[in-house]
Amino acid sequence: MQRHKFIEWADQYLRGELHAEEAKAFLDFCEAHPEYADILEEHQSFLQDMKAFEARRAFKANLIEKGKQHIAVEVEEHSDFGARVISLWSKLQINAGIAAAVAVISVFTTLWLTGYFTEVKKATSDYSALRREMNTVKRNVNAQNKAIESIHNSDKTKSEPISHFGATGFLLTKDGYVVTNYHVVNGADSIHLQNIKGKVFRAEVVHTDATKDLAILRIADSSFKPLKYIPYTFKKQTSDLGEDVYTIGFPRDEAVYGQGYLSSNTGYAGDTIAYQISIPVNPGNSGGPVLDAQGNVVGIISGKQKGLDGAAFAIKSKELLETLNNIPEESLKGNIVLNNKNSLHKLPRTEQIKKLQDYIFIVKIF
Amino acid sequence: MSKIRNILPTEVSDEVIIEGLMRGDSRIISKMYKLFFPSVAYMITNNSGTQEEARDIFQEAVMVLYDKITHQNFELNCKLNTFLYAVSRRLWLKQLSRRGHTSNTTDISDFEDILKVEDDIQQHQELENKFEQMEEAMNQLGEPCKTLLQDFYICNLSMQDITEKFGYTNSDNAKTQKYKCLQRLKKIFFTLKTKE
Repeated sequence: MQRHKFIEWADQYLRGELHAEEAKAFLDFCEAHPEYADILEEHQSFLQDMKAFEARRAFKANLIEKGKQHIAVEVEEHSDFGARVISLWSKLQINAGIAAAVAVISVFTTLWLTGYFTEVKKATSDYSALRREMNTVKRNVNAQNKAIESIHNSDKTKSEPISHFGATGFLLTKDGYVVTNYHVVNGADSIHLQNIKGKVFRAEVVHTDATKDLAILRIADSSFKPLKYIPYTFKKQTSDLGEDVYTIGFPRDEAVYGQGYLSSNTGYAGDTIAYQISIPVNPGNSGGPVLDAQGNVVGIISGKQKGLDGAAFAIKSKELLETLNNIPEESLKGNIVLNNKNSLHKLPRTEQIKKLQDYIFIVKIF
Repeated sequence: MSKIRNILPTEVSDEVIIEGLMRGDSRIISKMYKLFFPSVAYMITNNSGTQEEARDIFQEAVMVLYDKITHQNFELNCKLNTFLYAVSRRLWLKQLSRRGHTSNTTDISDFEDILKVEDDIQQHQELENKFEQMEEAMNQLGEPCKTLLQDFYICNLSMQDITEKFGYTNSDNAKTQKYKCLQRLKKIFFTLKTKE
């Protein structure tokens, strides 16, 4: 039998084209001729390889095709740029997270180390007390210049006291009791009062009331002569909203008049011992009297609210009277007798001011 | 019926996938990309690879799986996902070491292999070589022999159809031609094999 005939026969057998008897005949033939059985086996295995190869090739082609489709779908989903951003993000997200954490920690550590948080706490109080810092820089420079000069002529050692703060105060009684703010005299070495004519008197603290921010001083100077009378009186009742009020104070070295109205019955942050008044005030106004149209003292300027125009605070005269009653007997030299005869009420404003000026002092703290 | 078959459940069991792979089902192939490719892609793109390289590695890993399931009594002793990831990882490490990248792969090369996939990869390489030879032999064989053999042995066309398709005068002619083609193919294939 020729080889190619056998292969043809084998193909027919393998494809199942032979009938039962024919197939049997084929198998019998193979059994009878072992050399042909070998050929069959070899042929069969080769065909198997071929089929496996075809199947595998088809599978691989399919796989690659599907891969392209998959990537195409992904690209469509994110768009090209988006995919790049996303892959970059997935690579860098851990680094970004760490960097953010480090940044946050270092920011807060720095703020904490530099005391930012305590500053914040301080800054939230926007109440400002109105004592005036007296040209300290200028005076310091002068003092330095003098010191330098005195290097050359060292025999002339003249020391000039430096005034630190200025404020306003006014007489309570004709025999020299003066009221001003506690924050003005707090920590003072010595206190001097200067009247409108330029005369300076030494004064001492008789009593202070930190909660009401009041200080009672007494002029302890031999050159001071008791006055005949005090033209104004102190109002014992609280005043009404909208009442016309004015003040005289020393935000500079000259008396400055300020006029306004009583705008609220409470002071800073609902403080009931003070009024809110709408008078423009400045550092140096502290301790100035607030008078109504009849010339009654209704309050004492104490401070203002930062960042709020025309909101000044004045301690109520009622509180002043209460404080005076609380002064221990032994710290006084003679009783405080307040004037109860008002000699201003019939005068026009300008005349009132003229009269008042003699009773208002610049308080100088050294 | 075919419509119902087209709808695959979202969760496909590994057995279904393996069975589909053996049939060369394209929907199963798409499903594999969806299920298994992201983790491989993430691993490779995080280890100095691109999306394209990830895809090539993944395709090779699938081929390893294909060779494993079609050429031996395959038993699944782990999740397909794990198997593909382990193979991909092994393949990618090989590629990196071939490139001379060793410094920045510590995070994936430091650990013990999750699975012993070396044997499977080895087998895949052998088959790959063998099939390359077969492909080469087919290409060298040239037309019309190639198509003739494919039509007869793969597509199972009858001798009558082939006679008509290739314009032979009778089926005996076609049979002779087929025999000659097959002999030539065998010869080319075995010479290529001995050359190796």
